[in-house]
This record gives sequence, C-alpha cells and structure tokens, in this order.
Amino acid sequence: MSEQAVGIAARLRLQRDEFVLDVDMRLPGSGVCVLFGRSGCGKTSLLRAIAGLERAEGVLEFRGQRWQDRYSFRPPHLRPLGYVFQEASLFAHLDVMGNLTFGYQRVPPAQRRIVLDEAISLLGLDNLLQRNAQTLSGGQRQRVAIARALLTSPQLLLLDEPLASLDGPSKAEILPYLERVRDELALPMIYVTHAPEEVARLADQLILLENGRIQAYGTLNQLLTAPDLPLAHLDDAAAVLPARVLSHDAHYALSELAVPGGSLWIAGCQLAQGSATRVRILARDVSLALQPSPGSSILNSLPAQLVDLSADRDPANLLARLELRAEGQPSQSILARLTRRSADRLALQVGMRVHAQIKAVALMR
Amino acid sequence: MRFRLVATIAALLISSPARAEQLLVAVAANFAEPMREIAAQFERDSGHAVRLAFGATGKLYAQISNGAPYDVLLAADEITAEKLVEQQLALADTRFTYATGRLVLWSAQPARVDSAGKVLAEGDFRRLAIASPAAAPYGAAAMDVLEALGLQHLSERLVRGESITHAYQFVASGNAELGFVARSQVYRDGRWLSGSGWEVPAELHRPLHQQAVQLSRSRDNPAASALLDYLRQPQIRALIASYGYGVSP
Amino acid sequence: MSGEDLGAIWLTLKLATVVTLLLLLFCTPLAWWLARTRSAWKAPVGALVAMPLILPPTVIGFYLLLFMGPQGPLGQLSDWLGIGLLPFTFSGLVIASMVYSLPFVVQPLQTAFEQIGQRPLEVAATLRASPWDSFRHVVLPLARPGFFTASVLGFAHTVGEFGVVLMIGGSIPGQTKVISVQIYDHVEAMQYGSAHLLSAVLLAFSFVVLLLLHRYRKGHLHV
Repeated sequence: MSEQAVGIAARLRLQRDEFVLDVDMRLPGSGVCVLFGRSGCGKTSLLRAIAGLERAEGVLEFRGQRWQDRYSFRPPHLRPLGYVFQEASLFAHLDVMGNLTFGYQRVPPAQRRIVLDEAISLLGLDNLLQRNAQTLSGGQRQRVAIARALLTSPQLLLLDEPLASLDGPSKAEILPYLERVRDELALPMIYVTHAPEEVARLADQLILLENGRIQAYGTLNQLLTAPDLPLAHLDDAAAVLPARVLSHDAHYALSELAVPGGSLWIAGCQLAQGSATRVRILARDVSLALQPSPGSSILNSLPAQLVDLSADRDPANLLARLELRAEGQPSQSILARLTRRSADRLALQVGMRVHAQIKAVALMR
Repeated sequence: MRFRLVATIAALLISSPARAEQLLVAVAANFAEPMREIAAQFERDSGHAVRLAFGATGKLYAQISNGAPYDVLLAADEITAEKLVEQQLALADTRFTYATGRLVLWSAQPARVDSAGKVLAEGDFRRLAIASPAAAPYGAAAMDVLEALGLQHLSERLVRGESITHAYQFVASGNAELGFVARSQVYRDGRWLSGSGWEVPAELHRPLHQQAVQLSRSRDNPAASALLDYLRQPQIRALIASYGYGVSP
Repeated sequence: MSGEDLGAIWLTLKLATVVTLLLLLFCTPLAWWLARTRSAWKAPVGALVAMPLILPPTVIGFYLLLFMGPQGPLGQLSDWLGIGLLPFTFSGLVIASMVYSLPFVVQPLQTAFEQIGQRPLEVAATLRASPWDSFRHVVLPLARPGFFTASVLGFAHTVGEFGVVLMIGGSIPGQTKVISVQIYDHVEAMQYGSAHLLSAVLLAFSFVVLLLLHRYRKGHLHV
C-alpha cells in the first residue's frame, strides 16, 4: 500500500489484568473495515485505543499524522474521528437537536464537510429534532448517535457494535442507513461486530481478532472463503460477491445481476439498472456439476475452478472453494459444501473446472 | 439538727463495707477535678461506690426535673438547689454551701495581667472572654465586676462562652487575650498554674455560692448523707480550698 | 420579635449563603476528584471529608478554636497575612461552618458525579470537547440535581448549626450571634416566648426546605 492509501498504521499493545491486546496493522484509507471476533477478543479495546479512549502503548498513525508514540499522545478530542458507541449514549440534558449540534459547533466552519441538513436527511431524523432523547426508540437513538458523530466531519468513523443492543426490527431499521453512510460519504470506517449478517452487508475488509491478536486480515471475500479460518466452517458459511444490476425481467419478476465470472438471476429487486450491490451465497446452497446441466431446475450456474477441497466440521462433508474468474477484476471465491461421497463419485480434484449450481442467492440490501 | 445527728449515726453504722451503697452524684462541671479526688477518698474511707456525672448546672437541673437517677447534686450556684427544694425534688435540710467560687481575670500570657487588674481599664486587648451571663453565674458575676469598675463600654469586646469552661478555652487557646474565669480553673495550691491573673475582690460581684443538696428520690440512701457530711470535713475543705475555691469557715 | 432576633436571622441567612457559595466552589473539584480518582488517597480523603458527620460539633469547634488561635497554624497564617485572628469574627464563622457542612455538600456532588459515569465524557471527547469543555457543558448540566441537593443541604445545615458556632463565635450580636445561639440564650435566660418564636421560624424553614428538596427530587425522577 502506498502511504496515501494507508489509513491507519498501528502497532499497539494494551494490558488489562490478564488480557493483552497486541496488534500490528495497516488499514486502507477507505471502505469499511470490520473487526470481527468473539466477545472478549479485544475488538472494543482496539477501537478505543485507536480513538485514544484507552491509553495503549505503541505507535499510531492516521494518514501520516502521528497520533501517538512513546513520547506523545494526542487526546481523543484532538483526533479527527467520530465514534458510535454500543449504547447510543445521547446526552440526557439535551434534545435531539442539541445532541446533533454538540460536536458540530465544536468543529470550525471551514472544516465542516457534512452539514446539518445532510446528516439529518441521511439518517431520517427530520421528525425527531425537538424530541427528548429518553422518548426515542433504541433504533432512533442510535440513528441520532450516528448523525451526531458524522456532524463532526470526521476523517475516520469508528463504530462499536452499534446494533448489538437493538432488537431485530431496530437492527433492520438501521442497517440501510449505515449502508447509505458507507456509499454516500467517502469516509473510512472501522466497524466492530460479532454478527455475520452485519459483516456480509457492510464489510470491505475484515480483521479477525482472537485473544487480543490479529488472526487474519484481508478482503471480505478472501476471509469468508479461506478454508483455514473458522468462518468458512460455520453452519451458514457463505461467500459475498460484488454484483451489479444488469436488467429486470418483468414477465418472470426476476432481475439479472452481473457477478464475477457470469450473471445470476434473482427474485425481482427494486434497484436501478446499473447500480452496485452485493449478494451472499451460502455454501450449502451450492452444488457442483462437471458439465452444465440443462435438465436441472436450478436457474443459476457459474463456471468456476476448484482451488481447494478440505475437511469440514461434519466428517460426512467436504468444503470446496471455487474461484470465479472475471477479466480485469480481482478473482472472487465462493464455497460449496458437499458430501465426501459426491466428491468421490465426481472424482473431484483441485484444479478441475466445474460448474457451481446455485440454489439460492440472497441480495444484501 | 437532732434528725441529722441520728441520720449521720445511722449512716456511719450502715456504711460499713458489708453494706456498701451505690451513689450517683451530679457535679457541676467547674467542680469536676476536686470532686474526682474527693470521691476517691470517700470511696476509700466509706466503702461506698461513687459514680460521677458532670455537666452544666442548668442541664443537670433539667435532667433531675425529668427523673434522672441522681442521689446528690453539687451545683455551681445557689438557685438551683433552692428551686429543687421548692419543687420537693430535693431535701430542704440537706442544702449547704460546699464551696464559694472565686472570679479571676486571667490571661494565658505570663505578666499580661497585673495583680490589681489595671489592664482592664487600660484597655490594651481585643477580646475579653466571659461565660454567658444568662447561662452561667460566673458570667453574671463578671458583668457585676465590669459595672462596679464602670467599664460597661468594654461590652463591645466581650466574647461569651456557653459556660465558664468554654470561656476558659477561649482564653487558654489565646483567642481572647483576657477573660473572667473561675479561680479553680487556673489556680492550684496558692499559685497560678500558668499565665497571669488578678484575683477579683469578692465584694465587686454577687457571691458565687455553690450549693450541694440530697435529692428526694434517694431519701433512704445513707451513702448520700454520708457524702454530704464528708464534704464538711476539715481535710476536705482544705482540699477544696487548694483548688482555688473559697470555703466558709 | 426583637431587633436582636431579626439581626440573628439576617446574620444566619448571610452566613449560610456565603458558606454555601464558597462550599460549592471548593467542593466541586474535590467531589470530582473523589468521584473519579483511583488513587490510594481516595479512601483517606473521603473519610476525612465525612469526619464532621461523626464528630460532635463542639469537638470540631474546640479544635477549630485551637487551630485558628494564636498558636494554631491557621491562626499564625491569618496573623501573618495581617487578617488577625479568626475566632469571634464572621470570617472565622464562615470557615468553621464550611468545615462543619463540608460533607453535606461534597457527598451529594460526589454521588451525582459518580452516577454520570465515564461514558458521557468519552462521548464528549469524541465530539471534540476538551476536558474542561466537557466538564462545563456535560458534567455540570447532568449533575444539576446533585448541585441542588448539595446547596440545599449545605445551606440548611449551616442555618441549623449550633455547637461549632457556640465554640468559636463568642456570640457577638451582628457578627457571630446566629439564630441557634440566640435561641439558646433565650432558653438560658428563660425567655421561653422568644425562644419558641425563633424556634418556630427555624422549624418552619427546615420543613419548607426539606419539602422543596423532596418535591424537586420526585419531579426530577419523573422527567
């Protein structure tokens, strides 16, 4: 990565009683990087250390500015970042408007890149402005908290499990707002979560944390499909692919999406033609065939190369990693879960060309 | 008189160690120190057990009116014993003056007060401590002295303690340069314990008779009358005098 | 009611106001420190602050008398500064009352600060507020009920104080003779009528104050 492309370069160490966080990482200066791991693995501590809310030892640089090293420590209020906490933590003595403008007023006008109306409409807060924080629902509160953080025009947005304390409907309410923030503001984000759903929808990069150390770092697709990482062996192990809407078929109520190596038909969606999105394909929904099979009811089939075949958690099963090739794009992988017996019958070997037959595709939007 | 003689004899008879009585004595705060010594001697001589409770006379009076279980009161004034007798809370014929308080003008600083008390009239001081004239006989006596000397204008410099003990603390801590205190607080065996003082002539103020009385509720406690008699013994009177009190001949 | 009684009431109100204002000023940083520190000094300092709750007022008064006296450290300081000795003066009374009412102001503030916790400060920091800015615009408004309780208790406790004032005041009318001492003098002089009247004033005052406090707390919980 070039110096400009590097967002965060950090070598941080933090000890709290028995727990030690010890990381050395360089993150790109754009996109959403998800910190993923079990509770207690140090995700939140790392995020707090980046914000300066915890005093870790070591060196931390953001876009070439040194935030801390052995001799200096820039306190949180001087780091140009926004932070969304797990609980919205709105100020109880201020109404929604007061909360929104708290950080906004403290940023010199010349440095404001997000204006009040923009944040209010981005997070759908128009009708809430005069409300008292205590009268809002959990989801509304968290939206206010996100807008409040955005209104400091941060150069980096840190989100600490912003959906974890919300119920299902509230989560569903917020996710689209987060996607809008990601898509409409060129703002790098570090997002802590332990929910695979949020990873699939939001992440560009993924960092797996385990016991305070970085277990793996890579793009979302790489890490979801890496056979040596636990993600690929979850019951609902899945790959996420970038996709673009090609066309809508009104007669069959289907939409066609371009994905690396081919196209997929999905149930009709509302997205405009040409718009970018992502799809999720579960390993258990993918079967393999050596020839394209026109006699099947399965709609979607993608040519792929078998690049890995490894044991799965269940001894009856194997996990296949399939690489989809597309001209001029980095290759992407999907996973297929199949029985060992099927693999033997097809005499599958790494390197073979196969056809991935996909039973279901979930649109991540 | 005859009754008292009989009582005394009876008391002496009964006060053998075999019939040791419990005695609870309420003592005016200013007499605390001599009374501790006297009580110890009395216990040794009579075999009775004595417990002492100290307090401001007014408070002791309030306690007694409300049924406090004292046998004998050693008050700091005359009026309290008199009132108790009037209310039949105390036995009239046991009342007597066991000590006479002496007022002194005292300072914690050596040589500050001359032996004639001229320092008062000269006025070279900021604060003059007295006990509250409303609450304490020594305070009223101090006001008598100022009036007798024609020094009422000094009232602007007065600081009033709740009790004579309090007035003494004002002076002893140096916060008031001068104060009218009880001689018993600053004088022992014919000498000032510290600082300097002027013995105010007794005729400049009302007498400070301190009276003792046996309380009605312990009418039948022989140790009570034994203690009152004991206070009249010559060696005890000498002891009281050594603490700076006057004793009537 | 006599002029002296009214003077005592006026003096008492003046004393309580001055003491409360100074205590709020002095106790805010102290309570803040107590609420936030992890220092080993927290426990001893907290105990020291609570001391006036336990010590009899006359004992506190007595030691203050020595402390402010010509041999005492504060007395020597005030003398050296040219202020003179503090006992029997209004200033002395203010200092003594501050000591005596200290826990009644520190503790509600400390509790309020502790209840606010760390989070609002962290939020404020990530919203570009410096520590002082956060304190001013987040902590102070959030701790308002604590400040109200502290002011009321500090004020009321100073009004009702007797033992300490008796000890270092010297009951000088207009300077150190507050209501409680005036009542005491009336009682000692057997002027029960005046004593009752003043006591009734004091009682009514305390009742109204506690009633207000109760109302306010209840109201605040319901918001």
